[in-house]
Amino acid sequence: MAEIKEYNRERPGGQPANDWPAYASTVKRHPTRKPVALKQTLTEITGPTFADGWTGPEMLDLTKQHKGEPIGERMILAGRVLDEDGKPVPNTLVEIWQANSAGRYIHPNDTHPAPLDPNFTGRGHVVSNDKGEYRFLSLIPGAYPWRNTYNAWRSKHVHFSVFGPAFATRIITQMYFPGDPLLEFDPIYNSVPDEAARRRLIAAYDPNLSEAEWALGYRWDIVLRGRHATPAGI
Amino acid sequence: MSADAKLIPSATQTAGPFFHFGLLRPEWADLTHGGKAQGEKISLEGRVTDGDGAPLPDAIVEIWQANAAGKYEHPDDPQDKPVDKNFRGFGRAFTDKDGIFRFTTVKPGPVPGRGNALQAPHIAVSLAARGLLHHLFTRVYFAGEALNKSDPVLSSIEDPALQKTLIAEPKGNANGSAVWRFDIVLQGNGETVFFDF
Repeated sequence: MAEIKEYNRERPGGQPANDWPAYASTVKRHPTRKPVALKQTLTEITGPTFADGWTGPEMLDLTKQHKGEPIGERMILAGRVLDEDGKPVPNTLVEIWQANSAGRYIHPNDTHPAPLDPNFTGRGHVVSNDKGEYRFLSLIPGAYPWRNTYNAWRSKHVHFSVFGPAFATRIITQMYFPGDPLLEFDPIYNSVPDEAARRRLIAAYDPNLSEAEWALGYRWDIVLRGRHATPAGI
Repeated sequence: MSADAKLIPSATQTAGPFFHFGLLRPEWADLTHGGKAQGEKISLEGRVTDGDGAPLPDAIVEIWQANAAGKYEHPDDPQDKPVDKNFRGFGRAFTDKDGIFRFTTVKPGPVPGRGNALQAPHIAVSLAARGLLHHLFTRVYFAGEALNKSDPVLSSIEDPALQKTLIAEPKGNANGSAVWRFDIVLQGNGETVFFDF
């Protein structure tokens, strides 16, 4: 029988625990038993592939999805999908969603009294290229209040969904902005125990990515689990 | 991890409550390509509930499975078995206001496990939601499958009450397809077995 190359397990402290009462919604939703350690099989080392374009036309420019131009600071958001060894992860689906520049989501459950922008949805997706790169044009999202505790505000963020090469590598996460004073108080951001892993969630302002008289550049790489060097029997 | 792994992996964060417009792909809940996939068509449905037994109206359920022949549509599946051009094996559904998710798919064939053991037919599940900082992984098995007894993963769960949380039960037929019910309990009484791999 053939062999399988397993993906690395998550590093201690590098991922948030679901039992994190500072984020109130976790209280009734986190499992109380430890997850059962499962040796990876074909099921876990395979996953959906995207090279053949079945996910449809890309949505790269979030500022041109309506008749007019949305209001806010234009942002070029670009980076690479990599594995732990720094190898590009090509042909994988990257989906993003975000609030508008006033901090309001186009979602019926978002009742925060900030204006919706008729020219902004805040949704994009792309399949990474052969160098693992992705690039969107969007707006810097606004911060917004949430009812986790009294007078709590979420840091500015963009939600990311990324698959990678296997079911084991799939992640949903959030990208933050450098220098945001709200980060210190954000229990979602601070749920990641390891400081270096937390910092990985913050994009870098990149003057070389910015375009003169047009848009600010933010660069953010997504790093997925890598693979063991030594294969195991299937 | 490999000794030369250099980069720190990105941490997960919650999908929050406002993901629907961003991840909306209603067609992904039908894995059969409008019924064209080969094999026995089934409906896989269930309810996701929290520690109070309250339904989650804001969860993302994603599934990954082999086709009816037991082959994954993926370059790392080395088996000499046919792929089905009408079956990719990946699905996404959101829970509705009652916490219900629903997929149309086919019954997966058995795939190899580790060593010489064959795995019983199963579907891998990833669950993300508001209130989950990290997605949860579980597996759906099918009640009455002969291979369930020898499945390495299922038989590693010794407590029958826990094992039961991984087994979908038949619930009759709808639109000519067998309906399999798989509820997911995040916490407390009947808490589903989740996996780490």
